[in-house]
Amino acid sequence: MSGNGPTLSVCNLETHFFTRDGVAKAVDSISFDVGKGEIMGLVGESGSGKSVTGFSILGLVDPPGEVVGGQVLFNGDDLVGLDDEQMQGLRGNRIAMIFQDPMMTLNPVLRVDTQMIETVLAHDKSISKDEARQRSRDALGQVGIPSPDERLRAYPHQFSGGMRQRVAIAIALLNKPDLIIADEPTTALDVTIQGQILYEAQKLCRETGTAMIWITHDLAVVAGLVDKICVMYAGRIVEQGAINDVLDKPVHPYTVGLLGSVPGHNTRGERLFQIPGMTPSLLNLPTGCAFQARCPRADDACIEEPEITQPVANRKVRCFHPHLQEAAE
Amino acid sequence: MIAHQDAMLEVKDLTKNFVKRLDLAGKIAQRLGSDIRDETVHAVDSVSFTIDKGEVVGLVGESGCGKSTLGRMIAGILPPTAGGISFKGVEFTAMTREEGEAAALAIQMIFQDPFASLNPRMRVEDIIGEAPVIHNMTDLRGRSNYVGEMMEKVGLGREYSRRYPHQFSGGQRQRIGIARALAVQPEFLVCDEAIAALDVSIQAQVINLFMDLREDLDLTYLFISHDLSVVEHISDRVVIMYLGRIVEMAPTDEIFDRPNHPYTTALLNEVPRLDQRGIEYEPVSGEIPSPLDPPPGCHFHPRCPHATERCGVEVPVLREIAPGRLSACHLNGQ
Repeated sequence: MSGNGPTLSVCNLETHFFTRDGVAKAVDSISFDVGKGEIMGLVGESGSGKSVTGFSILGLVDPPGEVVGGQVLFNGDDLVGLDDEQMQGLRGNRIAMIFQDPMMTLNPVLRVDTQMIETVLAHDKSISKDEARQRSRDALGQVGIPSPDERLRAYPHQFSGGMRQRVAIAIALLNKPDLIIADEPTTALDVTIQGQILYEAQKLCRETGTAMIWITHDLAVVAGLVDKICVMYAGRIVEQGAINDVLDKPVHPYTVGLLGSVPGHNTRGERLFQIPGMTPSLLNLPTGCAFQARCPRADDACIEEPEITQPVANRKVRCFHPHLQEAAE
Repeated sequence: MIAHQDAMLEVKDLTKNFVKRLDLAGKIAQRLGSDIRDETVHAVDSVSFTIDKGEVVGLVGESGCGKSTLGRMIAGILPPTAGGISFKGVEFTAMTREEGEAAALAIQMIFQDPFASLNPRMRVEDIIGEAPVIHNMTDLRGRSNYVGEMMEKVGLGREYSRRYPHQFSGGQRQRIGIARALAVQPEFLVCDEAIAALDVSIQAQVINLFMDLREDLDLTYLFISHDLSVVEHISDRVVIMYLGRIVEMAPTDEIFDRPNHPYTTALLNEVPRLDQRGIEYEPVSGEIPSPLDPPPGCHFHPRCPHATERCGVEVPVLREIAPGRLSACHLNGQ
């Protein structure tokens, strides 16, 4: 394990889906780092490739999809090209994932303790069953489930949606992973329950130094939670930087449009800014910048592929016409 | 409550219970002395409010609070258990057949899931055009032109009318659902989480469409949503529900700037906002109780930081605390 480098470093990752109708570049040459104890937000609309990015890191992309290029360096070791057995040793152990729907992650016919103890024993044969149970109990307590001893013996259907998501998070925590990938974990939850889950996630990363990737479509959720943000559009990261910089002074026209279209406090009764058109199909992307058809700033230059540039400090943007004056102000 | 002169819709003491009857085995067990009984969910518990013509009222609450049930009763899809709904001053139950039909046409509903609410085996022109032909708003010859007009009204090209729903994206499908509702020339739209399933950029387009239609067609909305920022954006007045009861009702500005009820305050604190960064989350403790077995007294008292003994015993009444503002909390009386 390397001591000082980032927990996860993704370099030029490419995941393609080879379908009957052509090749869909779901993830197209993306790069980012997540450090110890850092929370990174991966934001995009449906079909932008944010979930596939998560699956690619974990080696969970099924055919017709395939990771065709790039590196996923986890504590310095490349995960791309590891065989199934080696990946299984990492999944649920050093890297854990939390999914959107906790009912799909938990086995409905097994008690919570069976599922949790199994997770512990799968990665550490030297532990006794009692110790594993003790660790499961502690994990449930850690995510704020009351009377964890009794709840261990319950079945998933006996929990409410928010509690189920906590159980899923507790399972992710069992082996004290270095990295958690959370894929829209609060989208299915109510506002007050979402607040509770965000609170647990925040506490956890600070206390244990776990790195986290929080995948969501909701900019308002990441605003309060994450340290840095990557905005994805049609398989590419179009803008990345520190959360305050990006939200206060967005540079890419897509980020600008996205932020403008969030309703809220300042827009009461006014017309919202709207990005015209709709998300393009990945099978049928225009050459050059994928956003050009919906972009108010697009011109002839945009038929070329924009490279990653750093128009302002600590910001990476893929655009020929970034909003620079606004950012400089 | 003050009776409005131009109230378009008035809901009075509206109640809906869902009863799960015992099956045969249960009945036998009951005869033999077991204490199992019919299970009753008080989905909507004696709710009253009015909506004026041209107003947009936002109805907010968490899952299981009865907001969709309330919307469905107003749209005439579910019969109420008790209480009444009057449209333009006439009670639903007192309407003649013709009046009832007119009211059913005038109140239309737009549903959450644009994938489930459109018949996948019908072409768009049939989805939109079926009802207006039946109700003599157009005839078979004028139908395709009528459908085209409706599609243009919601921002779809009329050349798409021969397509099937699966050939459209989510945002476009929601527009088809809106066009279907508009095709029978309604005056009142019940939008039940109508934009919840859409992407952010598409959400903004549909919100703008709702606001344009309101101006162009002089529509009145009941806008049901769990998303407070959307409700804040679109509504004139907001109704907050918790476990089947209204806890607070006020004009949008007032409720968001100066919430009165502890539940409203808690809800507003939990809403993630773009301008709040790196906040320390201080969540509301506890779960939403089951509507099968709601807590006695004020339903919110087990989670309320200000609860007193009285809150666990006595149901707080929804009463006026300032002109146009109603709140159901014992703290206001002290």
